[in-house]
Amino acid sequence: MNDATFLEYVVFFAAAVMILGGAVGVVAFRNPVHAALGLVLTLFGVAVQFVAMEAHFLAAVQIIVYAGAIVVLFLFVIMLLGVDRSIDLSIEPLNVQRPLAAIMSVGLLALIGAAIVQSRDALEINPGTGVDTATATGDNDANINQLATNLFGDHVFAFQLTSVLLIVAVVGTVLMTRKWPKGAEEPVEDVA
Amino acid sequence: MIAIDPLLEGRLLWTPLLIVILKVVVVFVIGLVSTIFMVNFERKMVSGLQNRIGPNRAGPRGIFQALADGIKSFFKEDLLPSRADRVVFRLAPFLSFVPAFLIWSVIPLGGEFGPNDDGTLKDGTVVWFGEVTRVQLADPPIGILVVLALSSIAVYGIMLAGWSSGSKYPLLGSVRASAQMVSYEAALGLSLAAVLLSAGTLSTASIVAQQDSFVNWNLVSTGIVPFIVFLIATTAELNRPPFDLVEAEQELVGGFNTEYSGIRFALFFLSEFMGVVTMSAVIVTLFFGGPQPLFLGDVNVLAFLGPLSGTAWFALKLLGFLYLFVWFRATLPRLRYDQLMDFGWKILIPVALGWFLLLAALREFSPDGTFADSLRVVVISLAVGAAAGGLFLLALRVAQNNRLEADETPPTREGVTT
Repeated sequence: MNDATFLEYVVFFAAAVMILGGAVGVVAFRNPVHAALGLVLTLFGVAVQFVAMEAHFLAAVQIIVYAGAIVVLFLFVIMLLGVDRSIDLSIEPLNVQRPLAAIMSVGLLALIGAAIVQSRDALEINPGTGVDTATATGDNDANINQLATNLFGDHVFAFQLTSVLLIVAVVGTVLMTRKWPKGAEEPVEDVA
Repeated sequence: MIAIDPLLEGRLLWTPLLIVILKVVVVFVIGLVSTIFMVNFERKMVSGLQNRIGPNRAGPRGIFQALADGIKSFFKEDLLPSRADRVVFRLAPFLSFVPAFLIWSVIPLGGEFGPNDDGTLKDGTVVWFGEVTRVQLADPPIGILVVLALSSIAVYGIMLAGWSSGSKYPLLGSVRASAQMVSYEAALGLSLAAVLLSAGTLSTASIVAQQDSFVNWNLVSTGIVPFIVFLIATTAELNRPPFDLVEAEQELVGGFNTEYSGIRFALFFLSEFMGVVTMSAVIVTLFFGGPQPLFLGDVNVLAFLGPLSGTAWFALKLLGFLYLFVWFRATLPRLRYDQLMDFGWKILIPVALGWFLLLAALREFSPDGTFADSLRVVVISLAVGAAAGGLFLLALRVAQNNRLEADETPPTREGVTT
């Protein structure tokens, strides 16, 4: 084992501890704000793993979008709705929830285990046939260039459709949260 | 695995490791010292602008005032409000302090930039103890995105500080702060995109390396608009005056840090001032060529400093921006909250987006930069922009009228009818 792979192991295990610790925290913390912070820890751990795999851009997006925007939004909602108090986790609102969750998690674990066992050989035969990494090409921006070509070249149609989807969602939200004038409960004529 | 520094390629040896450790220590010290300097600088400058003397007791001309305040805050009682969330209350100051600090790691603080003898550009690497490296802690391929990521993380410190205090005013202050920071991040990112379009790379070292003369500074080559938008968005992102609604004393006691005392308060205070220094450094890096010299004709007036001239230029430019931020604070009155949000969403974001589209159109349809081509592109873009702006204003007016009709009692707030 040379120095570089040793470092990779250290980084991997540190990040894995972050991810798993955060994930356990999300489930086990009684206070929703603490659970949201656990989620942030998990997202950071995933970002570290991305960096270790030289997917630098993905790591940055992970932090900016998930940790920087989405969980901030979660916290916002938690604080504004005033549900930021500790709750008793032993109360079960739906009786079938927990057995179902247990079955689901065992099944998921089995699936992942099966996938790893199945693909064990494939990983060794052709490692890293995906995106070329920066060290492989010697170009710092190679990673981003490939992503951009893929996203805005090969999949540009899907990309545009996604933006339409987002616009529809935004317009829908605006319509749903709007206060309509009294007597005009049917907003159809107004919108046109 | 780690491609952030030429040092770290290949086997890890003792010399590179020591250089990296040295760089970490130096960046840490620079961060702290510059923050202490900024506290003093701001107090002295503001007092000068307000015709006062300012701190003048601790040391000659009061230069040890910030140090004295810092040491004092260590010995002050550290209050923990009884309704506070203990863990988060203790964690929040660090969440605010660490991101401000980490931005230093991607800023080029010096190095050899400028043209080589054969006309190619130097990439800023230097040779220390026989090892090729950079005068910056790390040069990750995503360079400037690290800055964006860290500034979006900085929201947590303020938000959680306000929430965990367990009282009303801090919570109000922190909700204001996070709404403001999230809103202005969009304008910040869009103005940054214009720079990235002209640079074609995300690495901070490469962005600096391309700005080798005044006309190539991104300030000039992107037109001055992205710089102005970036400067304003940065001021809002840092919660500096005139965007300091977060700690509007008249309304919120002290804002998100009302319940904090002793060293925890000092950490918030420090992170605010460090944020000013680091974001000024980011502006210098993005728009003013970082450590690149400003040639007067062919003369680099700081060339006599030898290898340190880059760092000297960087410090000089940085100082200009530190003064600008102090100047803002001493001159501009605070905005009202609705003005703040309107300004961010209805002016800064459309302007930044429009300018970005114009630059993109110029690159695509006038690649040679001939005057006729550029003029044609600009005229067409302006026409399209005017049409889009007109539609936007029309939509705003219709929405406003609808709102006015919806309310039985028309709102008394001024400015609605414009």
